[in-house]
Amino acid sequence: MGHSIPRVEARAKVTGKAEYVHNLRLPGMLYGKIHRSTVAHARLINVDVAAAQALPGVYAVYTAADICKLIPEPYYGPAFHDQPILAIDKVHYVGEPVALVLAADPHVAEAAAQLIVAEYEELPAVFDEVEAMNSKAVVHEVLKPAGTFPDLKHLKDKRDTNIALDFHLRRGDTQKAFAEADHVFEHTFRTQQVLHLPLEPFVTVADPTPNQLVIHTASQSPSFVRIEIARLLGWPENRVRVKVPYLGGGFGAKLYIKLEALVSAAALIAGRPVKISLTMEEQFYTLTKHATTLRIKSGVSSDGKISARECEVWWNGGAYADIGPRITQKSGFTAAGPYDIDHVSIDSYALYTNLPPAGALRGFGIPQLVWAYESHTDMIARELNIDPLVIRRKNILHEGRPQATGTLMRDAGIEPVLERLAQRMAWEKPFDKEVFDKGRGTIRRGRGIAIGFKASISPTTSVAIVNVGADGSCMVHCSTVDMGQGSDTAMAQIVAEALGIPVESVTLVHPDTDVTPYDMATLGSRSTYHMGHAVKLAAEDARDKLLQLARDVGLSAETTPIPDIFRKKYGMQAGNIVGIGSFIPPYTPPEAGTGLTTDATPFWMIGATGAEVEVDTETGEFKITRLVNLVDVGRPVNPAIVETQISGATIMQLGFTLSERMDFDAGQVTNASLADYKIPGIRDIPAVMENEAVDMVQKSGPFGAKGVGESGTFGVSPSIASAIDDAVGVRLTSLPLTAEAVYRGLRANAGKPLKD
Amino acid sequence: MAKMSTSTTHKNISFQLNGRPVTAHAGNHQNLVELLQGQGLFGARESCAQGLCGCCTVVVNGTAVSGCLTMATLVDGADVRTIEDGAEGQLDAVQQAFIETGAFQCGFCTPGFILMTRQLLDAHPNPTEDEIRHYLAGNLCRCAAYTEIIKAVRLAAKKRKG
Repeated sequence: MGHSIPRVEARAKVTGKAEYVHNLRLPGMLYGKIHRSTVAHARLINVDVAAAQALPGVYAVYTAADICKLIPEPYYGPAFHDQPILAIDKVHYVGEPVALVLAADPHVAEAAAQLIVAEYEELPAVFDEVEAMNSKAVVHEVLKPAGTFPDLKHLKDKRDTNIALDFHLRRGDTQKAFAEADHVFEHTFRTQQVLHLPLEPFVTVADPTPNQLVIHTASQSPSFVRIEIARLLGWPENRVRVKVPYLGGGFGAKLYIKLEALVSAAALIAGRPVKISLTMEEQFYTLTKHATTLRIKSGVSSDGKISARECEVWWNGGAYADIGPRITQKSGFTAAGPYDIDHVSIDSYALYTNLPPAGALRGFGIPQLVWAYESHTDMIARELNIDPLVIRRKNILHEGRPQATGTLMRDAGIEPVLERLAQRMAWEKPFDKEVFDKGRGTIRRGRGIAIGFKASISPTTSVAIVNVGADGSCMVHCSTVDMGQGSDTAMAQIVAEALGIPVESVTLVHPDTDVTPYDMATLGSRSTYHMGHAVKLAAEDARDKLLQLARDVGLSAETTPIPDIFRKKYGMQAGNIVGIGSFIPPYTPPEAGTGLTTDATPFWMIGATGAEVEVDTETGEFKITRLVNLVDVGRPVNPAIVETQISGATIMQLGFTLSERMDFDAGQVTNASLADYKIPGIRDIPAVMENEAVDMVQKSGPFGAKGVGESGTFGVSPSIASAIDDAVGVRLTSLPLTAEAVYRGLRANAGKPLKD
Repeated sequence: MAKMSTSTTHKNISFQLNGRPVTAHAGNHQNLVELLQGQGLFGARESCAQGLCGCCTVVVNGTAVSGCLTMATLVDGADVRTIEDGAEGQLDAVQQAFIETGAFQCGFCTPGFILMTRQLLDAHPNPTEDEIRHYLAGNLCRCAAYTEIIKAVRLAAKKRKG
């Protein structure tokens, strides 16, 4: 524990031999290619598959009619059963799967998919999340909550609405506080639609064996896939087996059901194994990150104390809800920021639109919220002529104080993170050139800070098995998916520590629902904490059983090597000791209407960023000269992997801040390729990047640890926007931050605005 | 061994693959990644399919190319090397450096980075940071282990000198 050992799978990855679904081919396997909708919202009049079927080499072409013979109600989703396996009667966004071609040769399947002709009767479409609140265009005629989440049940059978969840939090009396405040500030912010873009695109293989349907899939949620596919088929869980090797990136894209339902249905109808590998372009039509509009209003005293804050957030969920309603609520309740504010009002709306569906992306909605509340906080500081650090110090939530929900902050390093960031930025040193050169002439420099926080998703369950062999080696059965975050290594380290054996003696059994027990999913930075607890409990259970076995055979429990205990018991190298661990943290659901709860989360994640930028006032071009990232991750299990997680999250968010944006024309993505959609490359990382986990302990965490995957994203966007404002007095309120936007701001400030 | 005919759609080709002679019946429409998959090699991975991400990097006649943009039939007679070359034996300095610096997360892009780093160090045994950034600009890592990759290249340069 606490050691930076190399990843357990390191050798497999540098030799190109790590196992991905991408590598898998089965005898008799067919390749599937999807024909997709070309319109954003329409009645589906007819799908003509004759020409595709006639193409030599085509095995079969399926539409919804074929799927419905196998699965009469082929709708899936974690929050709403709203997504059909193939479009039924209507299409809801450009890119929606309409038909599937199977062929032994993927090139034949691809050619045939282009021969399919769908006939549409177009309907009015809605694309903007705020318009969707009251638009005449309604994406789904009737709402169908999945039934898993109690706060969605009241939406069952609701008609003529695009609102897939409205979450409300009320604390104190904001209206009264606004009336009494010295100043009231109100700003509106926007974020753009972007996507995860794992370099391994979505890929699934389904194999209909005589007794089971075996699904090999690049998924972050094997347990969910098994339960949901079994539900769709009306089968018991044990007739569906889901196996997940390594993932070539996930970032929240590969959660719940993506290709699995379509591939499973096709394999069962065809009676052959089927593989679908999406192209990079198709990823733009599968899952994205919510575009948002955020309105935020604060009542503030002249010395900078915030007394009231009102937040409205509209989440553009696209055509299918995916996990959007949970983002709306679980992240929504932090929309007022990590500040101690007596009067808070939050309204957070999940909205259907006719765009590609949106879900969780590294931060579960938090980066959008931090963008708004930290930009807003900085704008207030500038208006009141208060230093950005001072206004944050005056308002931050201290340990033990209640957050907006009423939940007390415990082991939440908001203050240490902020203070350490200020120290590393030398924020309080006098402004001389030794510390920070503000520049002159056409080159101006500025700096900014931002801090955000996140609750862990709750309540969720993790179960693990630790199986100790007679030679003292040990296998850990857990359904956590290693998608690059290093969970195999972290779990091995935790188990080795709990059992007191070398980490080399521990191997991980990769997710396989036949042999690895239930885990809610690998998401939301939950695995180190939740699965970390489960494997630790399982290891402790195994250790207790080993000690008991030693005592039973008359050996000294503490000093006898593990193999000797087995040998004494069984007379040879034989037998196993199996330990089981199950973990579900306590949780109190928020009260309907007020959103208040005394126990919103098992732990808090804190992340802050300080940015230094250099702006060319002649062009608006800017570069980030230094980025300092501070997080509270509790006690890191593996400090080196933790640092890579922090900087990786930061650079990903840098892409969402500076260059990434899905462009649309009538719902059609016009930049669906890496040639037109720019993700960060090695030349885009700042010249200086510093990452640090502050010295903290999550007392309720396994060996003091908690989650880390998302915290690096929180402060990036607002710290850069504030640094630009600091440099040249231009405040940008929409992402991404572009040179053009800065230049327009400079021209506007000079009284010579550019035309649109 | 059954004889495969060369037609207008396919061609019989032979080439050196990781130092061993192989023959294949390659479709005119197939790219080098598919050809290698047919040989059981999956370390070159098609991701963007536009030659922009570097996940499909393959070394043909000593030069790194995008396997997704190289037609399979073009490697007839060529020397083709992939990340699997020599993988059974010892790891080279670049692979060791990537492990020691933790220069990857999901590992999907790693073979491409390693092959490009070898070429970089062959051309520039003591690369500056600018040279590293310039040379590896055609490889993308969505996990963004870029700072670690730069460290790995430096460490590999040192290791190569022994």
